[in-house]
Amino acid sequence: MTDNIIEVRDLVKHFPVRVGVLFKRTVGYVRAVDGVSFDLKRGETLGVVGESGCGKSTLAQVLMRLEPATSGTATFEGRDILKMKGGELRKLRRDIQIVLQDPYTSLNPRMTVGDIIGEPFEIHPEVAPKGSRAKKVRELLDVVGLNPEHINRYPHQFSGGQRQRIGIARALALRPKVIVCDEPVSALDVSIQAQVMNLLGDLQTEFGLSYVFIAHDLSVVRHLSDRVAVMYLGKMVEVGTEEEIYEHPTHPYTQALLSAVPVPDPELRNQRQVIRLEGDVPSPVDPPSGCRFRTRCWKAQDICATAEPELVTRVANHPSACHFAEEKSIVP
Amino acid sequence: MTTTRSEVDFEETARVPGAPLLEVDDLFVEFRTRDGVAKVLNGVSYRVEPGETLAVLGESGSGKSVTAQTIMGILDMPPGVITGGEIRFHGENLLKASSRRRREVRGSGIAMIFQDALSALNPVFTVGFQIEEQLRLRKGMSRKDARKRAIELLDQVKIPNSKGRVRQYPHEFSGGMRQRAMIAMSLALDPEMLIADEPTTALDVTVQAQIMDLLKDIQVERNMGLILITHDLGVVAEVADRIAVMYAGRIVEQSHARDLYRKPGHPYTQGLLDSLPRLDLKGTELRTIKGLPPSLLNIPQGCPFNPRCPRVQDICKTEVPPQHRLAPGRLSACHFAEELISGD
Amino acid sequence: MTDPSTASAVTTAPEEFVTAAEHAEVKGNKPRSLASDAWHDLRRRPLFIVSAALILLVLLMAFWPSLFTSVDPNYAELGKSREGPSAAAWFGYDNQGYDLFSRTIYGSRASIIVGVAATLLTVLIGSTFGLLAGYYGGWLDGLMSRIADVFFGLPFVLGAIVILSSFRASGDTSATQIILLVVLSISILSWPVCMRIMRSAAIAAKQQDYVKAARALGASTSRIILRHMLPNAVAPVLVYATIALGAFIGAEATLSFLGIGLRAPVVSWGVMISDSRDVIRVAPHSLLFPAAFLTATVLAFVMLGDAVREALDPKAR
Repeated sequence: MTDNIIEVRDLVKHFPVRVGVLFKRTVGYVRAVDGVSFDLKRGETLGVVGESGCGKSTLAQVLMRLEPATSGTATFEGRDILKMKGGELRKLRRDIQIVLQDPYTSLNPRMTVGDIIGEPFEIHPEVAPKGSRAKKVRELLDVVGLNPEHINRYPHQFSGGQRQRIGIARALALRPKVIVCDEPVSALDVSIQAQVMNLLGDLQTEFGLSYVFIAHDLSVVRHLSDRVAVMYLGKMVEVGTEEEIYEHPTHPYTQALLSAVPVPDPELRNQRQVIRLEGDVPSPVDPPSGCRFRTRCWKAQDICATAEPELVTRVANHPSACHFAEEKSIVP
Repeated sequence: MTTTRSEVDFEETARVPGAPLLEVDDLFVEFRTRDGVAKVLNGVSYRVEPGETLAVLGESGSGKSVTAQTIMGILDMPPGVITGGEIRFHGENLLKASSRRRREVRGSGIAMIFQDALSALNPVFTVGFQIEEQLRLRKGMSRKDARKRAIELLDQVKIPNSKGRVRQYPHEFSGGMRQRAMIAMSLALDPEMLIADEPTTALDVTVQAQIMDLLKDIQVERNMGLILITHDLGVVAEVADRIAVMYAGRIVEQSHARDLYRKPGHPYTQGLLDSLPRLDLKGTELRTIKGLPPSLLNIPQGCPFNPRCPRVQDICKTEVPPQHRLAPGRLSACHFAEELISGD
Repeated sequence: MTDPSTASAVTTAPEEFVTAAEHAEVKGNKPRSLASDAWHDLRRRPLFIVSAALILLVLLMAFWPSLFTSVDPNYAELGKSREGPSAAAWFGYDNQGYDLFSRTIYGSRASIIVGVAATLLTVLIGSTFGLLAGYYGGWLDGLMSRIADVFFGLPFVLGAIVILSSFRASGDTSATQIILLVVLSISILSWPVCMRIMRSAAIAAKQQDYVKAARALGASTSRIILRHMLPNAVAPVLVYATIALGAFIGAEATLSFLGIGLRAPVVSWGVMISDSRDVIRVAPHSLLFPAAFLTATVLAFVMLGDAVREALDPKAR
C-alpha cells in the first residue's frame, strides 16, 4: 500500500442545466469540477482554497458520495470510492466523514445532542453495542471540549462554536481515518474560530486523522494545512506544500489571491505589492477556452486562449497550471 | 450643485457650526424580549469627522450593527428601545428630531450600505429605477435627468456598460456588481456620511479588495465620513484611520489604527489579535480567548470581559471600568489599561 | 460563563445559557429523546390539560352516551315541539319534538368519528405522498403533484355528490357504511391540500445540512425521512389538521343537508344543525346547543394541536 490514503484522478462533476416545466431539456452543464487530480497522504492536511463557485464544495460532496461523479476515479486505500455499493459503501462511511460549514443548519433542531452524536452508532450498530453508546457519546462530548452532562440539550441551547464542536463529535464518532472539513470555521467569530481550529489540530494528533480542509480563507488554510491546492473554476491551478504556495507562488491567480488578503497590520498598508484582479469569476456553465483564468490575467497571451496549461512543474519545485508560471513573493 | 441643495435642505435645522459631522454620545439601547431585557448598547460614544474612516470592530452580538441602525433610525422598535444618549449630526440631536427631518437626513445626510446586497435591493425593480426613484422623489428631478444621473453614478462605481446595466434587475448582477450598485444607490443623494455594515463579508477576497478600494476612492473624492462596521481585523488594518472595538454593547477600546495593532490597550483587543491566523506566519497553536461572549440578557458584573480575561483581578468583578485616556484620541475601558500599554 | 475548551469548567456557573430553557434541564443524566421530552413538557401545559380533558369528555359521550342521558334520542313527542330548555329537557325540544340534550349526546358519535377519521385519513394520505414527493423530487414529484392537482380541481360538493351517490346507489346501506363513505369522500377530496403543505415543508427540511450529514453517515432513506424530515416538517400539517377537523365535521353537516350524507335514524351534530335551519328564529336553542358542542370540540382539537406542535419544537419550550 502506498502512503496515499486517497487518490483522485481526473475527477469530473457536471451538473446539467435544465429548462422546461413538464419535459425538461438539458441546455448545458455547470462544470463544477472539471478534471481534478490530487493525493491525500496519511496523517496530513490538504488545504483546498478558492473563491465561491470554484468547485471546492462540490469536490467534497463527490468524495463523500453525496453526489455521483460524472467521470474519473477516487480511491480510498486502493478501492474506488465512486464504484462502491451496499456494504462496502457503508464501510466507507466509517472511514470518511464530513464536517459541514453552517453550525445552525447542520444539526437537527429536534434531536437532543445525545441523539445527534449517537446517530452514527445507530446507523452502524456493529461499532458500539447498545449498552455502551451513552458512555461513548459522553466521551465524545468530552473530547471536543463540551460538558458531557449536556447530553439532553438541544442544538439551539448552544452557541455557534459549541454547535460546530457537536458537528465535529458526530463526525468523529465512528473513528474515521479521513475527515473532509467543508468550511468548518467560516461561519464563526474570530475568537471562536481560533478555538475550533485548535481543536481540529489537537484531534488530528490524537487520532491520527487525515484532513481535506476546504476553505476560502487563505490564512485559516495556511494555519492548518501541510499541503495546499488552489482551485479556480473547477480546476486545480497550483498544488504544493504550504510553504511553496504561500512563500513561492507561481500561478498568477494564487499570487492575486494572496495579495488580495488584507493583512492585519496597518504598518504595511502602502508597502505591500498589490495585484488587483479586474471583474468577476466567469460562469462555470461557459468557462473560457484554454486557460480559464486568462480573462482576468494580466499575463495572458494568445496561447492562453488556445492551449490549456497542464498542471506540471515548470519553475520552482511544485506544479502550476500556467504557461508563464513564475515565482513571485507576495506575502510580506 | 451640492452646495445649493444643502442650503435649501438644511435651512430650518438645528445645525451647530463647528460641531463634528457625527457624534454618538453615551447611547443606550435595550431589546425587550420574551426572555427578558437584553442590554444591547450600554453607553456607546464615538465621533466621525469628514474624510475620516472609523472602523467599528466587534464580533456578532457586540452591538456594532445596532449602533448603526440607531443612527440611521431604522432600528426595529419594538423590541428595541433607546433608553439614553444622543446622536448628533452637525450638532443636531437626531433622536429628538421630527420623523420628517429624520427622513431628510437619511439618504442625503447619512446613507448606509448593507452586507447582503441581494436582499437590500428590491428584486422586482430595475437597478436604474431604484436609483432614479430617490432622485425623483427627493430632488425633484425629471425622469430623463434622473436616468442620466443614475448612469453617471453607475460609472462612478465602475460598473462597466452602465447604459445597459441601468435597465437590468438585481439578480442579473454578480455579487460584486450588486454591491457596487448598492454603493451607487447610497451615493445618489450625495450624503456627507456613509455607514457600511459588513460591506464585503459576503464577497470573495479578490472582489472584496475591489470594493474596499472603491469605497476608499469615493470617500477621498467626496470627503465623506465613513463608518465601516466589520469583524475582519485585516480589512480594518487596510483602511481605517481610527478604530472602535466593541464588546457586549460597550466600546472597550478606541484608538488610531497603528497604535491599536502595535500595542492593544485592552485585553480583548489583544485576544482578538492573538487568535487571528496569519497569512504571513505558519503558527502552531493559536492563542485563543477562552469561553464565549456573554448573553446580553445577563451581562457579568463589573467589566463585561472579566470572565474571559487573562488579567482579571478582584476589582474587575465588581466595578465597571471607566474610559481611561491613554493618549490623545486613545481610550480603553480596562482598569489596567496603563499597565497594558507600558508593560512588555 | 462557559469555557468550551475545558469540559470541567462548563458545569460551574448557572448563568451560562440564559436564553435557553433551563427548566428543560432535569436532574439525572439519562439520555432522553424528543418524544419523551415532549411528553414531559405537555403534561405541565394547562392548554394541553384543558383540551385533553374536553376531548376525553366528548369521546366518553361518543362511546358511552348512556352515561349522560337515559332519554332515547329517537323518541319524538310532537306536542313538545320547539319547547325551550327546562328541568326535564335541559336543552329543550326541536321541531319534531326530539329531546335536544339526548340528541346532542348521541350525535357526538357520528360527528367525532367522521371528523377524526376523515382527518386521520387525509393527513395520512397527504403526508405520505407529500413526504415521498418532497424527498424523491423529479418525475415522482411531478406525477404526484399533477394527480393532486386533478383532485384539487374538483369542487368539494360536486365531487362528494358524485362519489356518494354513485356508491350508495346499490340498494340498502347501513349507518356504518354511510359513515365510511362520507369519511372516504371527504379524505379523497381533501388530501391534496395536506400533500402540498407536507411537500413544501419536506423540501425545506431536505435541503438542510443535517440531512446531508445523515447521508454522509450512511443513513437509510427511511431514517432520513422519518427521523430528520418528518419531525421538522410536521408542524404546518398539524396546524392544518386541527383546522381541517372542524371543517370536516361541518362538511359532514353540509352533505347531510344535501341529503347524501348521514340521515335519520343516524343522529349527528351536522344533521341537527341542518334540521334547525328552518326554525332558527322561533327555536334558536335547537341550533345553539349542537353548534356550541361542535365549536367546543373543534376548539379543543385546535388547542391540542397547538400544544403538541409547541411541545415538539424544543425552541418553543
